[in-house]
Amino acid sequence: MSETARILALHAGLVALLLVLNFVLPAYPQGNLARIMVLASYAIGYNVLFGYTGLLSLGHAMFFAAGMYGMGLSMRHLGFPAGPALLAGLGAGAALSLVVGLLALRTAGVAFMIVTLMFAQAVYLAILLFGKYTRGDEGFVIPQADRVLAGIDLSDPFNRYFVALALFSFCLFSVLWLIRRPAGRVLVAIRENEERARLLGYDVFAHKLGAVVASGTISALAGAFYGLLFGYAGASFAAVQYSILPLLWVLLGGAGTIIGPFIGTLFMFYLIDLTSGLTSAYMLIAGVALVLLTLFAPQGLAGELRKRLWRWLP
Amino acid sequence: MDFGPYLLLASLEGAVLASVLALMASGLSLVFGVMRVVNVAHGEFYMLGAVLAWWVASLAGGSVVLGFVLALVLAPLIVGAIAATADIVVLRRLSYDPERTIVATIGLLYIIQQLTLMSYGPEARPVVAPFNTRLAIPWFEFADGGLRMYWPWGLSTTSYKLFVIFAAVAVLLGIRVMMTRSRAGLLMRATQQDREIAQAFGIPVERVYAVVFGIGAGLAALAGVLIVPIQQAHYLMGLDALLLSFIVVIIGGLGSLAGTVIAAVLIGMSEGIISVFFSPTLAKIIATLLVAFVLVFRPQGLMGKRVR
Repeated sequence: MSETARILALHAGLVALLLVLNFVLPAYPQGNLARIMVLASYAIGYNVLFGYTGLLSLGHAMFFAAGMYGMGLSMRHLGFPAGPALLAGLGAGAALSLVVGLLALRTAGVAFMIVTLMFAQAVYLAILLFGKYTRGDEGFVIPQADRVLAGIDLSDPFNRYFVALALFSFCLFSVLWLIRRPAGRVLVAIRENEERARLLGYDVFAHKLGAVVASGTISALAGAFYGLLFGYAGASFAAVQYSILPLLWVLLGGAGTIIGPFIGTLFMFYLIDLTSGLTSAYMLIAGVALVLLTLFAPQGLAGELRKRLWRWLP
Repeated sequence: MDFGPYLLLASLEGAVLASVLALMASGLSLVFGVMRVVNVAHGEFYMLGAVLAWWVASLAGGSVVLGFVLALVLAPLIVGAIAATADIVVLRRLSYDPERTIVATIGLLYIIQQLTLMSYGPEARPVVAPFNTRLAIPWFEFADGGLRMYWPWGLSTTSYKLFVIFAAVAVLLGIRVMMTRSRAGLLMRATQQDREIAQAFGIPVERVYAVVFGIGAGLAALAGVLIVPIQQAHYLMGLDALLLSFIVVIIGGLGSLAGTVIAAVLIGMSEGIISVFFSPTLAKIIATLLVAFVLVFRPQGLMGKRVR
């Protein structure tokens, strides 16, 4: 089997498996898996920037929240139906990531992390400040009557799972396509050695900006769908914790692999789900996982898989 | 109250905040300056200081003063020891790679915070100040052609708040003397200038790193002990304090201690004054955006020197 065929078989196989699961799973894991697929789409977006371009952002929650609130607020205050509201969320995410990218990419390394952290904090505080429209911490519910896309009722668990799967496979394959194109190869070159990429004549800034916008827009798309599928938008999705979580998922699954973000999200979601039954301090698991991963497995699960078994894993 | 006394009251509150902030931020700045490590768990060391102060004070039982003095000595030592251990067990093994240490300290943040939640619980708990005399402050106004002194209602501070300001100034002076005059300070400055040359001259660089990380955390814990009679101890109090210290350290210029103290006074005073007159959320938004723009357009900070 050629390399491309193997790669397609692996990822199409994953999507097909997830499709079959919709018909066999009982209600509770079905709901969980729908949630995991939307969050994994967020992690895929984060991975474009962190895993493939080598830029560590500590503020991706602002893009997730931009999508969620762009969708939710246009629905709530402007009376948009679901389709245009999703586009509004997407547009808000793209615009925000362009502005943040133009500013933050003037810095590098540690300063880039702190700048993204500060911008995200400003977005979070702005959501609290305009509590009259956003309902702040409490958030708002998106009524069931509005959660209809092209005649499909998204609050129905079966439909919801399908839409989440469609979103997930769209993100999965578009990022797979992106990184196999020449532009995607340049991103990896920047990650490996920025000076050398510049010396070879590539416009490093433009490529990094493209990566920030692509990453932010995918995150916003995931945020918009999260709000629409689960019917709620709240300020907690813009807080620091939601910037740390995609980093954790990607690190656990394997930074710079296509399938890694999904594995990481699946793993961490169930780890937290199981431990939150035992203690309210479930974020302890996240902390321990972060420390252990940086110490012993900086490549993550899929990274180890690539190192030991499947050298061709993209 | 008139505007004048009101402003004085706001700046006194600001000065208390500024001194606590200066202590905490100089710990962060010291760690970044010597080790080039951005310690995201710094806010949790501050929180641990406050929580340990409550614990020591409640163990001491009846004697409020004894409990407070014990907390003032014990909490920074315990927290410093925890931090030095974390440095040896985790950070050293990452060879102080900037990105991986940030991820690891985020992990430490959640570990410390959640362990505190499990043991100490979600309640906010107060510690009684060892002394808390109310001191009224006079105000002067021109009336009928002469200067008249009067005591506006509500214009007062407490002896404890003044103690916080003096304690912070004393500790910061102590740190400065240690850095410039003592042998330990000399070793730290040598390590800061060039790690490899310092090692070649026989300086135990790894031990210096552990000590610096411990001192940095101890300063945060001390700030936590000092604030806890004014604000209550709570397991989530670290994050806001961390963001404020980031702001201070960046505005002051990363790694410059003098710049950090000046910025702490600036930010603490203006935060105190602005949040009395405007919405505190708006004040925070302005401060965070200010930091982001300083980093984007003037990365050496307002007072710092350009690094490398």
